[in-house]
Amino acid sequence: MGLYSKTLYFLMGDRGLLLEFGDEISREINEKVRRMALAIQAETLEGIIETVPTYRSLLIVYNPTVLPIEGLKKRLELIEEGLRQTPLPQPNLIHIPVVYGGIYGPDLEGVAKYHQISPEEIIRLHCSKPYLIYMIGFMPGFPYMGELPEALITPRLKTPRLIVPKGSVAIAQRQTGIYSMESPGGWQLLGRTPVELFDPKKEPPALLQIGDLVQFYPVTEKEYENWSE
Amino acid sequence: MERVEAFEVLEPGILTTFQDLGRYGFSQFGVPPSGASDPFSLRVGNLLVGNGEEGACLEVTIRGLKIRALGELVIAITGGDLSPLLNGEPLEMWRTHLLVEGDVISFKKVQTGCRAYLAVSGGFIVPKIMGSSSTYLSGKFGGFEGRELRRGDILYTLDIQSSLDKLGLRFPSDWLPPWKKEEVLLRVIPGPQDHHFTEKGFQTFCSSSYQVTPQCDRMGVRLEGPKIERRSDVEESIISEGLISGGIQVPGDGKPIIILTELVTGGYTKIATIISTDLPKVAQLKPGDQVRFNPVSIEEAHLLLREQEERLIKFKENFQKR
Repeated sequence: MGLYSKTLYFLMGDRGLLLEFGDEISREINEKVRRMALAIQAETLEGIIETVPTYRSLLIVYNPTVLPIEGLKKRLELIEEGLRQTPLPQPNLIHIPVVYGGIYGPDLEGVAKYHQISPEEIIRLHCSKPYLIYMIGFMPGFPYMGELPEALITPRLKTPRLIVPKGSVAIAQRQTGIYSMESPGGWQLLGRTPVELFDPKKEPPALLQIGDLVQFYPVTEKEYENWSE
Repeated sequence: MERVEAFEVLEPGILTTFQDLGRYGFSQFGVPPSGASDPFSLRVGNLLVGNGEEGACLEVTIRGLKIRALGELVIAITGGDLSPLLNGEPLEMWRTHLLVEGDVISFKKVQTGCRAYLAVSGGFIVPKIMGSSSTYLSGKFGGFEGRELRRGDILYTLDIQSSLDKLGLRFPSDWLPPWKKEEVLLRVIPGPQDHHFTEKGFQTFCSSSYQVTPQCDRMGVRLEGPKIERRSDVEESIISEGLISGGIQVPGDGKPIIILTELVTGGYTKIATIISTDLPKVAQLKPGDQVRFNPVSIEEAHLLLREQEERLIKFKENFQKR
């Protein structure tokens, strides 16, 4: 089905409105999410507390005592009608160094076996093109990126790890991501980056943003250990 | 105004953090709001001691916090009844108290609820990160160095002179949310994925009693009870989307989990969302408590919210007349 001809509105309680633009992970749908988020931010509507852009939907958190829901819906419909005029900013291309395999990427060998190709080929494929950041979520600064080359599509681990080290570069299904903080997690770990993805004291706090592009490149263990930004 | 020492932490208790009304506007970077699990009690606490309602308070969990006043202070304790004591004697909640240097406040045990809020006149001085003083525990930032309080921590406030004239101010008890019930009734608005469940499943959700499990923290409250039946033609997970506190996720095992303020996105289906005025009741749940869900319309939810806000405005006005 892809992009809906008519955006679906779902209530998320009495102060959340979820706008759903499509039923799959696709660039077209995600572009509409980003365009809509930008257009709403540009309007600076009083009573909007937060907008949460994700793969195919946009959550709007509002204060119903300031902004009644009927008024909010009408404004959103108007904004959507004028959406074609909202340009998306030129995406930043960020290069991310990764030390692949070994203790840094404990699943590299397993993923290679799963696809019956060499670990070197997995690394080459993972670094073969820039990935679009569809959303930042799960934890501060964690980018959900895609799409992986067909030959890299791998299921999640059957049993998630209790601890995934900070900086781990991982894949799951068609997506690739980076654990910006230590956490539990079920994605397959290919390597690790020394780059700091999130700093609460920086403005903005996250290095990567929705709509940006990420290009991975391999570095040696020594380069990783001696990395300075 | 100068910063002065307010309290020394003698015992941190099970979990004590600084919270305010939360950190909004940063979810696009994956940052959840955090903030008081029970925002109503935090707001009332602040109003009682003459602060702006959004200021940072201590969120005290279950029991064990013991702090010593390091000067003359006006405080109020709101939220769940954790048997607050002043120098070992019971201390009335939902009103202001004057403390003198050396006074010890402690929280003995749970009577009702799970989380209490301690507000101090002048407000706690806590650095703001992304516009908020709230502690985000799993992100390790905000509040007191991004962590829960420890023994020996010194907490600061502003040295303000006008605080004594607020003494004796009480919050009307009939305006408080009811917490003492055997079974907590939580009103919900169905969706956004109520259509992923069978009619029978939705009936199970609305007609059953669920028990709070020990997996109950600032991220969420996991419940045990009858399994909620899902439609066989939809997938168990959805494409990740934004979360809001009060959302009720139903993962593959069919047992509901109520989301609180420390999560930002997720890929589980949500059968319903708890209305804003019932969120304090969720914050006051603890393992073993029973809950039941009752669907209401958005109009009713908004009416209840307006009534609550009007009561708070009225309380503020009465206060300012004094």
